[in-house]
Amino acid sequence: MDTMSTPAPMAAHQVGLARNANAKVFAADVNVYYGEKHALKNVSVNIPDRSVTSFIGPSGCGKSTFLRCINRMNDTISSCRVTGKIAIDDQDIYDPALDVVQLRARVGMVFQKPNPFPKSIYENVAYGPRIHGLATSKSEMDEIVNSSLEKAGLWKEVKDRLQESGTGLSGGQQQRLCIARAVAVGPEVILMDEPCSALDPIATAKVEELIDELRENFCIIIVTHSMQQAARVSQRTAFFHLGSLVEEGKTTDIFTNPVDKRTQDYITGRTG
Amino acid sequence: MTDISLSAQTHKSARKVDVSSDAAKARIRARYRSEALFKGYGIAALVITGAFLVMLLSNILMNGLPSFWQHSLRMDVPVTAADIDPSGKGDPKEIAAGDFAAAARKALEAQFPGVTGRTELKSLTRLLSAGAGDELRRQVVADPKLIGQTVNTRLLLDANADLYLKGMGASTTSRTARGIATPTGTTGTIKILTSANDFAQDFANVKRLLGDRAALLSTEAARLEKGNTPDSLAKAKVARAEAAAFKTRYDQPKTVEELDDRMPSTLVEINGGLVKVEKILDTEIEGTVLLPLKSTDDSKPGDWKIVTYGVPESNRKATDRDIAFLERLQAKGVVENHFNTLFFTAGDSREPELAGVRGAIVGTVLTLLVTLGLCLPIGVMAAVYLEQFAPKNRLTGLIEVNINNLAAVPSIVFGLLGLAVFLNYFNLPRSAPLVGGLVLALLVLPTIIIASRAALKAVPPSIKEAALGVGASEQQAVFHHVLPLAMPGIMTGTIIGMAHALGETAPLLMIGMVAFIVDIPQGLTEAATVLPVQIYLWSDLPEPAFKAKTAGAIVVLLGVLFLMNGMAIWLRKKFERRW
Amino acid sequence: MNEHIVRSYEDELALLDKKVAQMGGLAEHNLGRAFDALEKRDPRVAESVIRSDRNIDALQREIEEQVISMIARRQPMANDLRHVMSAIRISGDLERIGDLAKNIAKRALAIAHEPHPKPLISGFRHMVELALRQLKDVLDAYAERDAERAMRVWREDTQIDAMYNSIFRELLTYMMEDPRNIGLSTHLLFGAKNIERVGDHTTNIAETVNYMVNGSSITDDRPKLEQVGTIENSND
Repeated sequence: MDTMSTPAPMAAHQVGLARNANAKVFAADVNVYYGEKHALKNVSVNIPDRSVTSFIGPSGCGKSTFLRCINRMNDTISSCRVTGKIAIDDQDIYDPALDVVQLRARVGMVFQKPNPFPKSIYENVAYGPRIHGLATSKSEMDEIVNSSLEKAGLWKEVKDRLQESGTGLSGGQQQRLCIARAVAVGPEVILMDEPCSALDPIATAKVEELIDELRENFCIIIVTHSMQQAARVSQRTAFFHLGSLVEEGKTTDIFTNPVDKRTQDYITGRTG
Repeated sequence: MTDISLSAQTHKSARKVDVSSDAAKARIRARYRSEALFKGYGIAALVITGAFLVMLLSNILMNGLPSFWQHSLRMDVPVTAADIDPSGKGDPKEIAAGDFAAAARKALEAQFPGVTGRTELKSLTRLLSAGAGDELRRQVVADPKLIGQTVNTRLLLDANADLYLKGMGASTTSRTARGIATPTGTTGTIKILTSANDFAQDFANVKRLLGDRAALLSTEAARLEKGNTPDSLAKAKVARAEAAAFKTRYDQPKTVEELDDRMPSTLVEINGGLVKVEKILDTEIEGTVLLPLKSTDDSKPGDWKIVTYGVPESNRKATDRDIAFLERLQAKGVVENHFNTLFFTAGDSREPELAGVRGAIVGTVLTLLVTLGLCLPIGVMAAVYLEQFAPKNRLTGLIEVNINNLAAVPSIVFGLLGLAVFLNYFNLPRSAPLVGGLVLALLVLPTIIIASRAALKAVPPSIKEAALGVGASEQQAVFHHVLPLAMPGIMTGTIIGMAHALGETAPLLMIGMVAFIVDIPQGLTEAATVLPVQIYLWSDLPEPAFKAKTAGAIVVLLGVLFLMNGMAIWLRKKFERRW
Repeated sequence: MNEHIVRSYEDELALLDKKVAQMGGLAEHNLGRAFDALEKRDPRVAESVIRSDRNIDALQREIEEQVISMIARRQPMANDLRHVMSAIRISGDLERIGDLAKNIAKRALAIAHEPHPKPLISGFRHMVELALRQLKDVLDAYAERDAERAMRVWREDTQIDAMYNSIFRELLTYMMEDPRNIGLSTHLLFGAKNIERVGDHTTNIAETVNYMVNGSSITDDRPKLEQVGTIENSND
C-alpha cells in the first residue's frame, strides 16, 4: 500500500522536496500569512493516494491552516495570503485559471462540528450533485443519494426517513451524513478537520471504520488532536509544530521511533 | 488569633467558604433580601407598564367602540313613482338619481300626524341624516320592481340624534304626578293646571338656581372691583346689578318664574303629548307643545308625568323638541341600533354619520403595497451584498454608519425630501399612494437593511462553510442556504418596518395627503389618504360626533397593527428552524 | 530528557525502573550466594538462596502487571513504549537468571558432602565473577540508558563462552581420570552450563537495552566461539 521507499521517517524537512510520481497531493514551500502573522513556514510534503495521512501537532501549529489550503477554503478569509505550490495530480491548484468551485468538488471537506444543512437528509446529500449537474433525472439522483449514504454507512439507519430533517439525527449520524454529502459529489481527495472531536467513542469508532473503508477509493487527509486516533487510522503521519512541518513518515515509525526530539516530546506528552 | 497555633496546617489547606458564622448568615440574609427586592422591582415595573397599557387601551376602546354602532329608524316607506321615476321610463340611472330623501322625509312625517308647523317639521326632518335615503336607493336600484310598493327599510339618523340616543345627550329623569292635570289646549302655547303642588319641586329648583347665579355674580363682581381699572369697575357694576336682579327673584317665593335655556328643561308628558315648560308656579305651568296632545281631557294622577332633562339646552346639541321626537320614536319601537357597516364601507364625508374609513384603508393598503414592493427587495439585496459579498474596507464602514444614521432621521425630513424630489422635480401626482409609498419606503429601508443584516449575521458560518465545501459558489451558498435561514428574521424586520410605516403621518402630510378625499382611490396614482392622516383630519373637526369617529378609526388602526404584529409572530414561529 | 507533563506517568516509569533494578540486584545477590554455597559447601546458604528465588518471581509478576496496566491506561508511545516493553523482557531474563542461580544452589546442596577439587572450583569462580560483572554492567547500562555499554557487554560474552569451554574440557579430563568423580563433575558441569546460560541471558538484556535506546534491533549474529568439539578432538 505504501508507495514511499524510505524505510525510516525523514530526519529534517528538506527544502526543494521533489514530487513523488504517485503523490496525489504535492506541496512545495508553502507559506501562509494571516496579515502580518506567518502561520505556515515552508511546508513541503507528498501525500499518497488511496491512503490516510494524518496531520498532528499542538494547537495553533498550522495543521488546520494547511489542510484548508488544499481546498482553498482559506480564500474566504480576506487577510490570508498563500505562497508556494500545491498540486493535485501535478496540477497547481492556485493557478489563476483554475475554478475554485470545481476544485472544491474534487476536494471534499468534513468539518469538526457536524454541520448538516437544515434540510431533509435526502436534500443534504443531493445538494452537491444537483448544483454540479451530476444527475439528469430523479432516479439518477436517488441512485447517487443511496450509494453515498451506503458508503457512509448510514443507509440502513435512515433509509426509511430520508425526508426527515438532517438536524434531527444524533451527532455521530450527522457527521456520517456530512461524510455522505462530501462523497456524493465524487471527490478524489477528502479532507477531514478533527471529524471525531465532537463525537462519543462509539460514534468515533464508526467514523474510523468508515475512514478505513473509504481509503480504498479516496485520498484522505485527516487533522486530529488525538494521537491514538492518528495512530489507529492513518498510514502516514505528519507532525506540525509552530507552523513548520517537523517530521513526516509511516505512522508506525513516527509512533514507535520518531527521529525528531520535538516529535517524540509531543507524542509522549512531554513538555517543550 | 488562634491561627498562630494552627500554623503549618492552615497554611497548606485551602480557604473554605464560611457558611456557619453569624457574618455568613447575615450575608445570606442580605442576599435573599436583595433578590426579593429585585424581583419586586421587576414585578412593579411590569405592573406599571401593564397599567398604562390597560389605561390607554380601555380609554381608546371606550371612546371608539360606540362609533361602531349606529341608530337608524326602521319603517315602511312608500316608494312612489312620482319621487323616484318621474319620467316613468325605468332608466336605472334616473332611478338612482331619484329623490329618495323626500320619500324618507315623508315617511317620517307620517309618524307624527299632529305635527304641522313649518319649524316643527323642519326640526323633525333635521333628525334624519342627509343620506337617510341611501339604503332605500340601494334596495330600489337592485330591484326596480319595488317602485310603487312600500319597502321596509332603514333610515339613517343624523349624528346628533344618534349621539343623544347613545346617551350622550341629556340625562332624562321623570316622575309621576299626584294631582289631576288639566291642559288648556292641544297645540301651541298652553297652560296646565294641577290640583296638587306637583310643580313645587321644579319651582323650588328654579329659585335655587337663581340664588346660585346671584351668589356667583356677586363673587365675580367682588373680583372685578379688586381689579380697580375703570373697565373692570364698570363690569363689576353690571355684575352687581345682575346679581341683585337674580337675588330679588330668588327672594320672592311665589312669583311666576321663566325658565331659560341655561336651566335644566322641564317637560310635562300628558295625554299622549309633550309640553315644554316655559313659565312655572308650583301649581301651574305654561309652555309650548312639542308633541301634540290627543285631547284636553283631565289626566288622572299616574297617567301624566313630569320629565326633566338634566343637561340644560344650551349645553347640548339636541333641542328639547328633537329629544321629544326621538323619545316618541323610541317608544314606538322604530329606533334600531345596528352595527355601523357604513363606517367600513364608506369614504370620508362632511356628515359624521356618513363618514367611513374605507377610503383610508384602501389608501393605506395601496401605499403599504408600494412601500413593501420597493423596500423589501432593495433592502434585502443591499443587506445580502453588504454582509456577504462586500469587502470590509473604509467605504463599506462608511455606508454602514450612514445607514444606521438614516434609521434615526425624523420622519418629517423624508416628507420634505419627497416633496422636493418626487413632487417638485419628478412631478409625480400629489397625494398619490405611489408617492406616499416611495417616501415610506425610504423611511423603512434602513430598518429593513439593519434587521436583515442582523438576521444574516445570526446564521452560523458553519452552514456557509459546509455549502462552500461541497463546491457551491459564494452566490449559491448565500442564496440557497444563508438567506433561507435568515428569512424569519428578515420577515420580522419587514413587518415591524411596515407597522412603523403604517402609523407615519408627518411625511405623508408633507406630500399632500391632507386633502379631503371622498372617493375610494382606484389606482396608485389617484389621490388618496391613509388611516393616520384620516385620524388627524377628523380629530380637527368640531362636530362632537367626529370625536367618536376619530377614536373608532384609532381602534381600526390599532386593530390592523395588532394583526400585522400577530402575523409577524406567526410567520416567525412557522419558519423558525433549529440548526 | 524532558519530563512528562503528567507527573504520575513519570513516577510510574521511575517505579518500574526501580523494580527492575531491585530484581536485578536480587538476581546478582542470589547468583553470588549460590556460588558461595557451592564453594564453601554450606547447605544453609544454599537453602536460603532457594527460598529467596520466590521474591524474584514475585517481582517479575509485579513488573508484568504494572506494564500491562500502563499500556492500558497511558498508551505509551515511541520511547516510552520501548521502555515498558523492555522492562517486561528484561524482567523475564532476570527471572530466568534467578532460576539458574537457584539451580546452582540445588546442585551445591547435592555435592556439599564431597570435597571439591580446588583448580576446578577456581576456574568456576572466575566464570561466576565475570558473569556477575557482566550482569551488573548491563543493569547499569539499563539504568543509564547507555547503549554503548550494553553493546560492550554483548560482545564480551565470548569470554564466558571461552571459560565454559575450558571448564568443560577440565571436567571431562577429571571424569576420565576417575569414574568416582563423575557424580561431582556432572553437577559441576551443569552448574557451569548454568553460568554460561546466565551470560546468554545477560546478552539478551543487552540487546533489549540497545533496542530501548536506539529503537532498532541488532540483526547481526552475536560473535560466538566455535562449538566445543567431541572428546576425540579435544585432546590436542
